[in-house]
Amino acid sequence: MELKTILFYLFSAILLFAALRVITARNPVHAVLYLVFTFFNTAALWLLLGAEFLAIALIMVYVGAVMVLFLFVVMMLDINIDRLRQGFWSYLPFGATIGLLMVAEMALVLSSEYFSTASFPDHPISASVSNTKELGRLIFTDYVYPFELASVILLVAIIAAVMLTLRHRTDTKHLDPSKQIAVKASDRLRIVQMSVEKPVTDCAPKEVLT
Amino acid sequence: MISLSHTLILAALLFTIGVVGIFLNRKNLIVLLMSIELMLLAVNINFVAFSHFLNDLAGQVFVLFTLTVAAAEAGIGLAILVVMFRNLSSIHVDDLDTLKG
Repeated sequence: MELKTILFYLFSAILLFAALRVITARNPVHAVLYLVFTFFNTAALWLLLGAEFLAIALIMVYVGAVMVLFLFVVMMLDINIDRLRQGFWSYLPFGATIGLLMVAEMALVLSSEYFSTASFPDHPISASVSNTKELGRLIFTDYVYPFELASVILLVAIIAAVMLTLRHRTDTKHLDPSKQIAVKASDRLRIVQMSVEKPVTDCAPKEVLT
Repeated sequence: MISLSHTLILAALLFTIGVVGIFLNRKNLIVLLMSIELMLLAVNINFVAFSHFLNDLAGQVFVLFTLTVAAAEAGIGLAILVVMFRNLSSIHVDDLDTLKG
């Protein structure tokens, strides 16, 4: 076995272990950290398969942004773990049965002759070809329209996430500078026109004195 | 050397772990979201494997788009989770019974 194969099996084994821990970890924070581990191993596998740009993008975007977002949310929520774990063991036999069935089916299909090494030979990764350069050329020529659409999807996601979590609290006494600047004199002071009243001649204090 | 079927079986195992995770943690919304991430990752591994063994970069371009959609999905999903926790003080799936379905 050459080094590449050994590395492939090593990273695959760690990947599967970390993925199993993601779904069985008791504490959600541990689950998120194992998911980060899973992404790191996947990035290593992608490096072995010659997808350097995507491997780095996975670490940058997924571990650096999405998983940190997950961590923030998980740590912010005050959750009752015991209540969330109830039913875990009772669902295990059914879930394991479905899982084994799926694995058996996919292994039967995928280990067939159709996907063998003979029909899909391993292409040696040339050192002179830059994966990032080729990917960039494809994105900005053949796939430029889907690429723009992806940016629109991200924009929609930004607006949706902001609008979902935005709330106007009425119980705080915070000041709004824009409203303070925009205020007019008529909002603060009201001048009332009223008729002049005659002075009262017999007033009450006189009677008190006498 | 790495063969295509090995990579595909690895992705199939990862996908199955994601599905089993949905079965096991069906009360916990956060782990449900993480299981969906695992399944998307398995699909991405398939894309990269086919891209490598067919010597065609189109697969990697698609992984880029899948990552975009998955990031958007995670962002909106977590936003919904935060709003739900603010209203219900819980992320238990059984508490989502406002519609009495």
